[in-house]
Amino acid sequence: MALNKEFVGRVFGPGEPYEVSRVKIAEFADAIGEPSELCRDEAAAQRAGYPDVIAPPTLAIVIAMASTASMHSEPGLGLDYSMVVHGEESFSHSRPLHAGDVVVATTTVESIRAVGSMSMLVTSTDLSTTDGEHVCTAKSTLVERGK
Amino acid sequence: MTVRYADVEPGTEIPGKSYRATRLDLVKYCGASGDFNVIHWNERLARSVGLPGVIAHGMYTMAQAGKFVTEWAGDPGAVLEFGVRFSGMVPVPDDDQGATIEVSGTVTEKLGDNKVAVDIVARSGGTKVLTRSRAVVRLP
Repeated sequence: MALNKEFVGRVFGPGEPYEVSRVKIAEFADAIGEPSELCRDEAAAQRAGYPDVIAPPTLAIVIAMASTASMHSEPGLGLDYSMVVHGEESFSHSRPLHAGDVVVATTTVESIRAVGSMSMLVTSTDLSTTDGEHVCTAKSTLVERGK
Repeated sequence: MTVRYADVEPGTEIPGKSYRATRLDLVKYCGASGDFNVIHWNERLARSVGLPGVIAHGMYTMAQAGKFVTEWAGDPGAVLEFGVRFSGMVPVPDDDQGATIEVSGTVTEKLGDNKVAVDIVARSGGTKVLTRSRAVVRLP
């Protein structure tokens, strides 16, 4: 099923504030095998110039995904998530996420196009603190395989 | 030993590393990321949608490439830009060895302000699984 191109330019969010915790950062670092003490030891992170423990760069996807998921489930979009594979991903950080950050995500649909029997959906999700400071932009390309 | 901006030039290679992905690693990543797509933990359902079996999350593979860069830079906060194209699947067999993800990288450009561009390649099972993979990293 072709994706609804009327979604291009639509903006979803900002969603509910997400509080970045030390526990989540350590859990995520453990899950990907990131060994840095800057993800676990507040004193070490502060010696390195950070206010608190910092997240590995790809943790931003966890917060971005919560935002894009609400968009993917919009019935009018026509996305069959069981046929979706991840095509591309990029992150642009103004600074690392750190424990204590409270961030909100806003997702913009950048483009929708058909390539043969596949559909490509490009979204851009901005993560900013509730004070309005930009932290990260995550850009995702999802590919819906044809049936 | 931490790499320094003054020590690298375009063409400087980052020593390659191998990372393992087992079924347990994927289950942990499901929990930590909140991505419980069945293709990452359920063999039966993965096969039912035409996959060879359980495959790693693309974001798990990307995280391994990210870790490769942050370990080299000595700071997970040093990665300013990081983008990849997912060019292949990483099937993870149901055994104790799992899959191996081999990551290598090369400094391509010094951008000033202590920032360098790095090209990264990740392979698994002889296939390139990340292409057009590039990071901008701030070095001390």
